[in-house]
Amino acid sequence: MNGFFDLPSDLGQSWLGLVGLHLREALLPVLAGLLVSLPVAQLCVRFRWIYPPVLGIATVLYAIPSLAFFVVLIDYFGQSETTVMIPLALYSLVVLVPAIVDGVRSVPPETLAAAQAMGFGAVRRYFQVQLPLAVPAIIAGLRVATVSSISLVSVGMLIGNQGALGNMLYAAQTYGRPALAVNAVLTIGVLGMLADAALVLLRFLLTPWMPRKGAGR
Amino acid sequence: MIRIDAVTKRYPDGTVAVDRLSLEIPDRAITVLVGPSGCGKTTTLRMINRMVEPTEGSILLDGQDIRQQPVNTLRRSMGYVIQNAGLFPHRTILDNIATVPRLLGRSRRQARDRAAELMERVGLDTALAKRYPYQLSGGQQQRVGVARALAADPPVLLMDEPFSAVDPVVRKQLQDELLRIQEELGKTIVFVTHDIDEAIKLGTRVAVLRTGGRLAQYAPPAELLSAPADAFVEDFLGADRGIRRLSFFPSADLELQTAPLVRADADAGTLAARATAVPYLLVTDPDGRPLGWSEPGRLTAGAVDREQLLDYGRPFVPGTDSLRAALDGAVLSPTGWAVAVDGEGRAVGVVSQQVIGEAIRAAHGRVAERAGEAAGR
Ligand SMILES: Nc1ncnc2c1ncn2[C@@H]1O[C@H](COP(=O)(O)OP(=O)(O)OP(=O)(O)O)[C@@H](O)[C@H]1O
Ligand SMILES: [Mg+2]
Repeated sequence: MNGFFDLPSDLGQSWLGLVGLHLREALLPVLAGLLVSLPVAQLCVRFRWIYPPVLGIATVLYAIPSLAFFVVLIDYFGQSETTVMIPLALYSLVVLVPAIVDGVRSVPPETLAAAQAMGFGAVRRYFQVQLPLAVPAIIAGLRVATVSSISLVSVGMLIGNQGALGNMLYAAQTYGRPALAVNAVLTIGVLGMLADAALVLLRFLLTPWMPRKGAGR
Repeated sequence: MIRIDAVTKRYPDGTVAVDRLSLEIPDRAITVLVGPSGCGKTTTLRMINRMVEPTEGSILLDGQDIRQQPVNTLRRSMGYVIQNAGLFPHRTILDNIATVPRLLGRSRRQARDRAAELMERVGLDTALAKRYPYQLSGGQQQRVGVARALAADPPVLLMDEPFSAVDPVVRKQLQDELLRIQEELGKTIVFVTHDIDEAIKLGTRVAVLRTGGRLAQYAPPAELLSAPADAFVEDFLGADRGIRRLSFFPSADLELQTAPLVRADADAGTLAARATAVPYLLVTDPDGRPLGWSEPGRLTAGAVDREQLLDYGRPFVPGTDSLRAALDGAVLSPTGWAVAVDGEGRAVGVVSQQVIGEAIRAAHGRVAERAGEAAGR
């Protein structure tokens, strides 16, 4: 009899090993997406006219199924984690770019005027005023992007077991062990919730300046 | 001195916000820009620290064109205060105030020490230092805004409707506080408001702008009230300009009568002696503080019923208060006499509306004489 956390040996990983792999495959793309989104969003704030086309491109990318990406990317990166992560990173843009743009734009005009009047240069103003004030919006975007990325990693199972926990779904069929599928779905769900909770905690720590719910003024 | 020299600002959409404006803004005084909404006050103010660049004309600071120094150096040498304070929501009160010293390269420690010092100067409890702006009232935030502008000890302070978003009581406190701070620090302040009363209260000189960004009149407040340049200014000053003008006439010269003053514990003889002289007596407590008016006949020696006394309105302090306060006291008093008190609130005399009226006429006469002399010179 196999235990709930015992996996078929051809997955090549223990359960914990798959969890680690899953997190890496899900979170690295979001991080990459964030690093791309920050400058792109800043350009969109600076030059308003490029925001609609940028958003259009992000939306189109989001509409392309991952399988289609895989077909193209396999030629360059083979059946690898990279092939799985590139589409995920591109998908995160559709959430992150608008979140950051809205966050930066929501900085009150009088706060910006005050910064300008006190002699902040554009760079200093971005890093010391606009970006910190956009943190709540950025983290809200990161929550959506992270949770969806954690669930999307599973499709990697379609290209030769690159789906981390998703590979267990495939194994469940091959070996006729439905418990593996249940395990995969539950684990992915729990990972999603934990990652979300971690981001909420991060926001709490980064924004002591926000009115707290329930606390008096 | 800041010299605005034939400055015009035309925005890209064609709006002429300021039209050939020339102003000399004296050092160590409060110069107020006042006018209806959209007349170009904010634009003018922002041209002084180059947040807006003039289309034509130039602005000189101590004789030097402001374009000759790097823009951020210029801005750091000018404090800037706006409506709703514009505080950084993500920085503590202390760090908000320390902003410009930090920009100027002061150490965090030095900047914070300086910030704490400023909190006291603007009347903020230093217990608020570690709070964030959302935890402060509007009035407190505005004080932080003033402290932040003063932090690097800039010679020039630009203020754009700083007190217009707070309630009238807090606004008055903030105005009084600004006058007190100005007395101590002697900054060159350019203050924008659309409230003519605020302009008259705070301004050493007041520039009235009309829509289209043209200067209607530039004069000390008393002169504005006594001799508005045209119908626009007169209209802008409002209906009770004559009364408000009295704020600039001192009450020190009013001739006070002391005969109507009696103490509550006065004996029958004193009461009888005073009764014949005046229609009303002002009864005071043994320390001399006024209690109320009474007709002489209603008073019995040794048994003054305080409930029976008439309210004495609002007393004024001769020398400190203006003729406006004296007249107000007389109008509010049911007897038509104003009560004068010293700094401790002890009655020093009373004065009738008639006497105040004569003093007003005399004061007007003196102003007219001076104007005549000035014109004749
Ligand atoms: N960036 C801008 N682009 C175009 N027009 C502008 C701009 N800023 C101000 N204006 C116009 O210039 C005129 C003067 O504006 P300004 O803000 O200086 O007025 P104000 O006297 O400060 O008014 P308020 O009392 O309402 O603050 C207005 O007609 C305004 O609409
Ligand atoms: Mg304005």
